[in-house]
Order: sequence, then C-alpha cells, then structure tokens
Amino acid sequence: MNRTKALPWIVAPATIIVILVVWQAWVTLMDVNPFIMPSPIALGKEFGVLLTEPNTWAQTLITVSEVLMGFVIGVVSGLAVGIVLGKVAWLETSMRPLIIIAQVAPKVAFIPLFVIWFGFGMTSKVVLAAILAFFPVMLNALLGVRSVALGQRELMQSLNATRMQTFGQLELRSVLPYLFAGMEVAIVLATTGAIVGEFLGGSSGLGAMVVSAMSSLNAARTFALILLLSLIGLILYVIVNESKRLFIPWHESVYALQEA
Amino acid sequence: MNQIQGDIVDASAPIANSTPTVRVKIENLCKDFRTSKGVTNAVQNVSLDIQRGEFVTLVGRSGCGKTTLLRMIGGLLAPTSGTVHVDGKELWRNGRVDSAAIARLGFVFQDSNLLPWFTVIDNIALPLKLRGVSKAERRERATTLAGLVGLAGFEHSYPRQLSGGMRQRVAIARALSTEPDLLLMDEPFGALDALTRERMNLELQRIVGETESTVVFVTHDIPEAVFLGDRIVHMTPRPGRVHQTVSVDIPKPREVIVQTGREFNEIVRDLRTALDQDG
Repeated sequence: MNRTKALPWIVAPATIIVILVVWQAWVTLMDVNPFIMPSPIALGKEFGVLLTEPNTWAQTLITVSEVLMGFVIGVVSGLAVGIVLGKVAWLETSMRPLIIIAQVAPKVAFIPLFVIWFGFGMTSKVVLAAILAFFPVMLNALLGVRSVALGQRELMQSLNATRMQTFGQLELRSVLPYLFAGMEVAIVLATTGAIVGEFLGGSSGLGAMVVSAMSSLNAARTFALILLLSLIGLILYVIVNESKRLFIPWHESVYALQEA
Repeated sequence: MNQIQGDIVDASAPIANSTPTVRVKIENLCKDFRTSKGVTNAVQNVSLDIQRGEFVTLVGRSGCGKTTLLRMIGGLLAPTSGTVHVDGKELWRNGRVDSAAIARLGFVFQDSNLLPWFTVIDNIALPLKLRGVSKAERRERATTLAGLVGLAGFEHSYPRQLSGGMRQRVAIARALSTEPDLLLMDEPFGALDALTRERMNLELQRIVGETESTVVFVTHDIPEAVFLGDRIVHMTPRPGRVHQTVSVDIPKPREVIVQTGREFNEIVRDLRTALDQDG
C-alpha cells in the first residue's frame, strides 16, 4: 500500500522533468526560433519576471474574482434548478428539449453578445463563467435528487417526516456527493469561461494579457501567462476537491482514498 | 397538525368495534396491484385482530402478500379496500395515512436503511430529531439504546464501518427510539447468518419483553416464526390470503433449547407441511 501511495509523487515529477529536458534539448539542438518556441529556461525566467510585476497580480485578482463569482452564481442556481427539476418530474419532462438545446449550444460563442449587453467590464465574463458552471451542477443535482434510495424514502415516511424534514435530512444530503462531482467540472469550466471572455472582450484580466503578449509576438511571455493560468486553475480545482473531506467525509469517494 | 387530525378521527372512528385489548384491527383488507399484464390480488380479504402485547409472526411463501400486509399496517401503502384500526383510530382515510395513528409505531425494514452521513448515535436518534427532541436528550436516549442492542463502543462509528448484523441492530434501536409499543418488522434478520440471527432473536425477545411491545413480524423462516411468535399467521399466495393461524403456547421468555423440544418441532413440522401444499 505504501508503494502505491508514494508512486504518484515519484512518477509525475519524473515525467515532468523528462519532458522539460527533452524540450530544452530540442530547442537547443535544433536551434528553434524563440519567437515560435521558447526554451524551458527562457520560459522560467519570463515567469519569474511576470511574477514580480505588480500589474500581474492586479490582473490575476480580476480574473480570479470573475471565476469565483461566476462559479458561485452557477453553482447556486444550478443546484436550485436541478433540485426543482429533479423533484417536479412533469416540469423536467416539458423543459427537457430546452435544456438540451441550451446545453449543446456553444456558449462561448455568445460572448460578443454578452459584451454588447453587459459591456467590456467584468460582468460579461462573470455571466459566461456562470453559464458554463451552471450546467454540470444542474444535471448532477437533478440526478442526485432522483437517486435517493427508495428504502430511505420509506424510512422517512414511516417516521412521519414532513416534506421539509425529508428534504433537509435526506434529499439535500444525498445530493451533496453529486453536487461535488458537478462542482469539480464547474470550477474548470468557470475558469475557462472567464479567460475566454477576457480573450474576446475588454482589456483587463490575465486573458487580455495573453492576447497582448501574443500580439507583440512574445512567445515566452505568452507561455508564462498560460503557466500562471494553469496554476490558478489547479489551485481552484484542488480547493473544490479537498473541501469534500469537510462536507462529505462519509462518502465512498472520500473515505475510500483515506483508508486505501 | 397531528392534533387536528387526531380530533377528527376520534370523533368519527368506530371505537365500538374494538375492545380495549385489540391493538390492531384489520377488516377485509385488500390490495390490488395494476400492471400492464393485469391485476394482481396481492392481499385479499384479510381480517385479523392483534392483541395488546401480542407477538404475531406472518409466514408464507414469497408473493403471499405478507410484506404488502405489513406495509399497509405501517402506513406505507394504501389499501385498495378494507380498514385498519390502530388503537381504535382509522389508519387510512381516502388513501391518506392518519399520522396520529402511526405515532406510536416503529418499522424495521429488510434493509437497515441507515443514513450513511449519520453516525450510529445520530441514526438511532433520527426519529427523535424529527420530533424536535433536544440534542442532549436524544443523544442520551440513543446512547442507552445503543447499549441495549449491544452496540456500546460503536456510538460514533459510521454505518459503513459496521457488519450487516450490527447495522440491523442500529435499525432496531432506531425503531425503538420513540418508545413505540407497536413494532412492525419485515424480515429484519433475513440477511444475517444463522448464528447471528439466533442471537438477534433472543435479543429481540428480551427487548420486546422489557418494553411490553406489540409486534408484527414477517419472516419466511418457519422455526424463527415459531420461536418468536405467540401466534403464527400462515398466508398463501395468489391471491394473498390468511390460510390459518396457529397459537404457540410455549411460555416466554423462550430459551434456544425449546427448539429441540417436541411441542416446538410439531408446530414447525405441521406448518412446513401446510406451506409445502401451497405450491
């Protein structure tokens, strides 16, 4: 068991180091144009420079705020709509075509419209992030409400529980693991939504910095910004994933890992 | 809410029909299940009086309607026709259950149906929580009950950390938490191995003796039915009917050793023969 636990801590860093070495060797040996592909060392230097610029942190704050606001709005509304649709079967059946259309529509394509409606500020990005975060949460919450075990429902019935009690003690708690599954997808999509929004509209946030670095043909800076965005995305994902331990310590997805 | 419904029922319930010693009065109870293939008479014209403090076991082949009957007594399934009176109160009115009539009732299912997010203590205390009992009081009561069913030391374990037998004991403790004096049990030990089952039967007998509860117990295990029951109701399938009732006059509490006695084995043999003929 100890070996399997230690394995990811060895294999993953080793793989990254191998990739960096091969990358550096390729750029050096083949004399690749730095405008097209910077070396890992150049990228590291640029990343260091980027982190020392105060503007980077100001823009990071904007992007992270957009992601978090969009995420929270998307999760809260997705949970509410998912629970209502899960409980009211006729509503779900009649709304299903609309839900499917809204779900398959490429929502990123709506950003120009959002810019027209909500301006170049943060709002248009928050809206896109929220819409992207909404769907996975809504669908998982719907599935969660429907998945409450029949026996547990009968238990509540035999205990003379009111509708509110059944909801609070049983349904809401049964939904939590599904909610977390939805939120893990939602945080990644919310991050994507905010960045794509910044690509396409406005001049603030890390996404806009990527566009400006690209326009000035600064590949190293573009790469460094992508690295920063990836790290932010990773941190946000880990926060959502780890909070499961706090909220659903009883669920298989949590205790199976701890006891492995 | 409870009070209003209780008043209405008290005013109109035919109390004259039931003598004070009858806990549960079942009259001409029927349940039909309609499917695309037609109508199944799961329970047909069952009438049964269950006395205060009596331990009644329902036996029969699968599909004889014993679980359906129990679920109708427990307020989980509305009958097609007929009536159930619990303590003189009519349980079903227009397909809706009178919550006052099931207030003193505890139901134990085939599965333990524990809630995985609650510890043993919180699972046992759930019925008290729903009734608004204070946290300190319900924890104290749940701790006592955990001891009663032999789970002292496991109060803060989660259901997944328990064996099947322990889970079922939690379910029994939960059913006992509101101090019901009418226990309805649907093959509660069906999933347990023979030894654990025997031990659980002794425990149940002791608990029921201490709390002076009335019990309706569904099983397909004949020796179990004879060992626990004051009276055995033998049901036959298609349609589900009461075939015969058999009294067991072996004094209680019964030791495991009675299972080797003549009286016990005669009852078991006769029932087995009768059940065999059900086809």
